[in-house]
Amino acid sequence: MTNQSDFPALTDGAAADAAPGAAPDGVIHNIGYRGYQGPRLGRGYATRSLFVQGLRGAFGLGRSGRSKVLPMLMLAAITLPAALVVTIAIKGGEAQLSTDYPQYLASVGLLFAEIFVAAQAPVLLSRDLRYATVPLYFSRPIVRADYVRAKAAALVAAMLIVTGLPLLVLYLGALLGGMDFAHNTEHFGMGLLAALLYSVVFSAVALVIAAATPRRGFGVAAIMGVLVVTGIVATIIAGLSAGGLRNDGANGATWAYLISPSSVVDRFVNQVCGLASDSPGTPGMLGAAVFGLEIVALVVGAYLVLLRRYRKI
Amino acid sequence: MNLTVARLTVRGLLGRRRAILLLVVPVLLLLMAVVASASSTADTDKHDLTVSILGTLGLGTLVPLLGLVVGTGVISTEIDDGSIVYLLAKPLPRRVIITTKLAVAVLTSWVFAAVPTLIAGLILDGTADRLALAYTVGTLVAGAAYSALFLLLGVVTRNAVVVGLAYALVWESLVGNFVKGARTLSIQQWGLSIAKTIASPGAITADVALGAAIALLVIVIVATTAFATVRLAGLTLSSDD
Repeated sequence: MTNQSDFPALTDGAAADAAPGAAPDGVIHNIGYRGYQGPRLGRGYATRSLFVQGLRGAFGLGRSGRSKVLPMLMLAAITLPAALVVTIAIKGGEAQLSTDYPQYLASVGLLFAEIFVAAQAPVLLSRDLRYATVPLYFSRPIVRADYVRAKAAALVAAMLIVTGLPLLVLYLGALLGGMDFAHNTEHFGMGLLAALLYSVVFSAVALVIAAATPRRGFGVAAIMGVLVVTGIVATIIAGLSAGGLRNDGANGATWAYLISPSSVVDRFVNQVCGLASDSPGTPGMLGAAVFGLEIVALVVGAYLVLLRRYRKI
Repeated sequence: MNLTVARLTVRGLLGRRRAILLLVVPVLLLLMAVVASASSTADTDKHDLTVSILGTLGLGTLVPLLGLVVGTGVISTEIDDGSIVYLLAKPLPRRVIITTKLAVAVLTSWVFAAVPTLIAGLILDGTADRLALAYTVGTLVAGAAYSALFLLLGVVTRNAVVVGLAYALVWESLVGNFVKGARTLSIQQWGLSIAKTIASPGAITADVALGAAIALLVIVIVATTAFATVRLAGLTLSSDD
């Protein structure tokens, strides 16, 4: 040690007091570490960082190439048909797009949005549970509710990008193709409403399931099972009492769609926006009110379940 | 076959609360069958109903999903958490490990899908058109093929469940709906083709000829098992998730 005045050894005095001549064993030097005195960014900053990391992680940004493949593939799979629709409409010089905005999400987009949310919700939650990193988050200034809020917001935002991008492509394509501005803007708005509801409802279902299992595979299969199987079951039940499986009767059996999250959103949007639907059998205005209530109950319920889940890790 | 490996695999697959997830399939099938036959009236087309519950819901959706959970569950969970190395370190040929795990997967999918299909078919339509038997056999074959295919995926990729979902839902259902040729390469259609031969003529429609279906099924099951053995022999464990 050359400049002892800068780094005074703590035990110099003690060593000198001890038996002179004996080699001091165990010396602790003060090498000048200092505590952090600057500004601290606090809870809000930490929560925002968690949100940004979650959103990037949902698309595999900042991760290995292999984890980018699936989310990007889904994003492409949901957007490319929209580009195709626009191209065909413009080439053919048509006055309208061949598909309406909410209908595009309900028919073409649904499966890809479901796969995206099923694959990425466990990426956001299960890994933290499995590798026990959640306690590390809670050793920072954020509280449990912040963690849940940031993760939920990240997944909803990611879903909004996935469901909103194809609509944007359709809308811009329609405007560039010189189609009716007012009509397209109005229906684009309806599409965005549908996109928002799909994002929120699917995220709610997916997050609750993902938070329940540390195994990613089981989580993915369970989310997909819930989203897809309920839809098929609802269709079959609705067809049952409509007499045969044509499901053309607007009767009590259409309430069966209550069990399927995707049908609930689809039918709610169609009813509220007054769209003619490809999938008939929507209950009337009462149905719309009940479906709307169910959406709210589902989302709020899922959020409360998540908060409860993370109360004790 | 190795009984110890089989026992451990069964415990990993059905132990703790995981059996509940698998139980959803038989419960749902039977529940739908009971509800449907209870609420059906005289003018309800029972044949249509059976086809839609056993065909669309059962063979079309639940069997692939079950095959996915079971096929990947028997091996990829062990690869994921790294405990597969303890199994690979034992003096067991890799093909014994794979065939044992495949046998467990196939038997599980038979118990959880084929048996309830038979019962649901009998509840729904009795023995008319031999529909119940036909769908049961179709489910047996398709369940075995799905198990073999998804077991291979579990060895090959970390994203086995997602890739399997993409195959089962996007390829078989979505692409198969629009592109007729895609149905030739669909386990579901092969199962349907065998079911069609058993049922009364015209009761079930399938797009693949019986000979082709049987040949393709055998090829897929044998080839995926062999390939899974080869891949397991040179397995690299990576922690990248």
